[in-house]
Amino acid sequence: MRSVAITMLLFGVVLFGQPKQDTCVECHAAMDGDLQKPALLIKNDVHIANGLSCADCHGGDRTSDDPSVAMSKAKGFVGAPKRSAIPQFCANCHAKPAFMGRFRPQQRVDQLELYKTSVHGKKLAAGDENVATCIDCHSVHDIRAVKDSMAPVYKTRLPETCGRCHADAQKMAKYGIPTNQLEHYRTSVHWAALKKGDLSAPNCASCHGNHGAKPPEVESVAAVCGSCHVLFGQLYAKSVHQPIFSGAEGGGGCVVCHSNHGIQQPSTAMLAGPKAVCSTCHDPGTAGAKTAAEMAQWIDGLGAALKQSESVLAQADKYGMEVSEAQVRLADGRESLVKARLALHAFQPEEMHKPIAEGMAIAAETQKAGQSALHDKDIRRLGLAISVFLIGITVLAIRLVIRQLEANGSGYLEPSNQKGEI
Amino acid sequence: MAAKAIDWLNDRLGVAAIREVAGHKTVPVHSATRWYYFGGITLFLFGIQVITGTLLLFYYRPTVAEGFDSVRFIMTRVEFGWLIRSIHSWSANLLIFVAFVHMFSVVFTHAYRKPRELTWGSGIALLGLMLGFGFSGYLLPWNQISYFATKVGADVAGSTPLVGPAIARILRGGEDVGAATLTRFFALHVMVLPLIAAGLIGMHIWLVQKNGMSTPPWMAASRIRHMKFFPNFFLREVMVWYGALAVLGALAAIFPWELGEKADPFASAPKGIRPEWYFLAQFYTLKLIPSHVWFFEGELLGIAGFGAVALAWALLPVWGTDRAGQARTRLVTGAGIVLIVYLAVFTVLGYVK
Repeated sequence: MRSVAITMLLFGVVLFGQPKQDTCVECHAAMDGDLQKPALLIKNDVHIANGLSCADCHGGDRTSDDPSVAMSKAKGFVGAPKRSAIPQFCANCHAKPAFMGRFRPQQRVDQLELYKTSVHGKKLAAGDENVATCIDCHSVHDIRAVKDSMAPVYKTRLPETCGRCHADAQKMAKYGIPTNQLEHYRTSVHWAALKKGDLSAPNCASCHGNHGAKPPEVESVAAVCGSCHVLFGQLYAKSVHQPIFSGAEGGGGCVVCHSNHGIQQPSTAMLAGPKAVCSTCHDPGTAGAKTAAEMAQWIDGLGAALKQSESVLAQADKYGMEVSEAQVRLADGRESLVKARLALHAFQPEEMHKPIAEGMAIAAETQKAGQSALHDKDIRRLGLAISVFLIGITVLAIRLVIRQLEANGSGYLEPSNQKGEI
Repeated sequence: MAAKAIDWLNDRLGVAAIREVAGHKTVPVHSATRWYYFGGITLFLFGIQVITGTLLLFYYRPTVAEGFDSVRFIMTRVEFGWLIRSIHSWSANLLIFVAFVHMFSVVFTHAYRKPRELTWGSGIALLGLMLGFGFSGYLLPWNQISYFATKVGADVAGSTPLVGPAIARILRGGEDVGAATLTRFFALHVMVLPLIAAGLIGMHIWLVQKNGMSTPPWMAASRIRHMKFFPNFFLREVMVWYGALAVLGALAAIFPWELGEKADPFASAPKGIRPEWYFLAQFYTLKLIPSHVWFFEGELLGIAGFGAVALAWALLPVWGTDRAGQARTRLVTGAGIVLIVYLAVFTVLGYVK
């Protein structure tokens, strides 16, 4: 009895000792329209999940039922910030390492500083409130963690988020910039990879930056591409094309051949043929055009040879022949093809000689292994046919011996004679 | 000269006595005589296993680092290695299939009855050994499928009531399938099981020799014609063995046993992982049993059930015969049919689903 009383007392203390519920959410949830919206959205907000609430950003007293107290300036209530004040509003916490460290020690705190260097930040500082601020990308009141797949800044969702403004011709009209970036990006190899779930594939922020978003300077395009395509970048930097394509006059490095947002799967059609990008500078019949055609031929030749080997090995494998070693070797051949495509970016044919020669040797070696396996398969079947034939002859011979043995009923014991001699 | 050599051997080994015994051995000739061949085929396939297994031993290395590569070496580099390994694998499967046929032929001809109770018992023990050979040999190539199938198999064995965890630990040589498991399975496969099998096969054949061939109970033994075992029946048996050899050769040449990928304990289990076909019925049954039945764990109950059925089956001569030693033909035939239907249906379902 005594223990029950103590338990009830403790329960009461715990129950009534709890702070009052968040009156901001309670009151706003009972309202209509725009005033109700934040209270409904906030349940998915990352700040709520981390124990923060409306008053932590907007100030005021969330424990008071009285609106005049809850939203009094004396209690620090600031209400909704002006659009131009939003970056600083968020930075009140997000630029404070000590505060952010309480929730996520590895969280960066330089977003505001970066934002100030961005085109968005500069224009906002100049009084243009049309540009993106924190809430335009991260949303407001239902702000989700960047790694949350429902967040508008999640890797696969970001292009759509950027496109909300940048694909809007009306919004972009006064800046005189194109609005087809999203449309082009959606045709690119990068988007194809990202769409498939490859989160290492780049989105807008990978090249332009996120909080410090701006177009890469023409000079730095190769460096931006090279931050992922490292080896390509290194070869290109030493190539004959680097000084030509550099700078605004040159066209901006990688984008001269590969374009920017709508980067397509590269193929040898870029080197030779009617759609060759090389031909935009190198007229047909010139040394440059000939070299490009030659390089295309090498790559196509190696690709075809590897495909042929793959087909022969697959056929042998289908017949149950053990060709796994050759198949592993073929993977080395494919790597040589990749190396050859990489070496192309030095734009020196001799750089391609080694990987092409290695790849061709592997293709020949694996094709031979596949053909040998198929030949073995034929030999095995011939051996089988001969064996079965010989077994058949032997069985027939035994059958004849049995017939001869039993010609006069020898070897059988009749029921009437079971105890006698056989 | 040859006669002199035979006499010399006869003086020392008593070959004439063996010839004398063999000369008197007869085989009943009736409508079910063809089922007598299956014991011989099982023995023949076991012989094939011994020969091909010994040849594989020349190259196989039972370690996690080298096991898979040594089998690949056998398949790709060793002259006729592919043939030896493929025949060994195919023969193992045919052997178990033929052993089952042999067992059911004994059930349906009621050859387990007095005085052949021990012949039945040794046969059932041999069938269990063959399954043990299959289970232990399956892991030896150390490929992805065999590794994960063995993990499942060891887990199932670990669910045996009371002794399960100890069995699983002994089988695996630790808490998980690894290097210790491979060497254990190798030792079991090439030494422990063959030694036991040799003794049991010797006993089984001696019992067959001692008690003679059984005739079905519905046939009057006194009215049945007999055939001399040597050479009449033996030559026929050899014909069947040749046939089995041709089938094995064809399977090995047309469908060489695949090697798969080297086992990677850190990789996720391949999709649709399942044991060899001869464990499929039990595997599928375990999958169907709910996780809990009353107060018991489902898998534990399933394993206990299999154990009880296996024990009852081994004791067939006890409940399958009356006090006079006569077979309870309807009961045993019915039980045999139920078991065949269960094994066939659940094996197919286990394969399809």
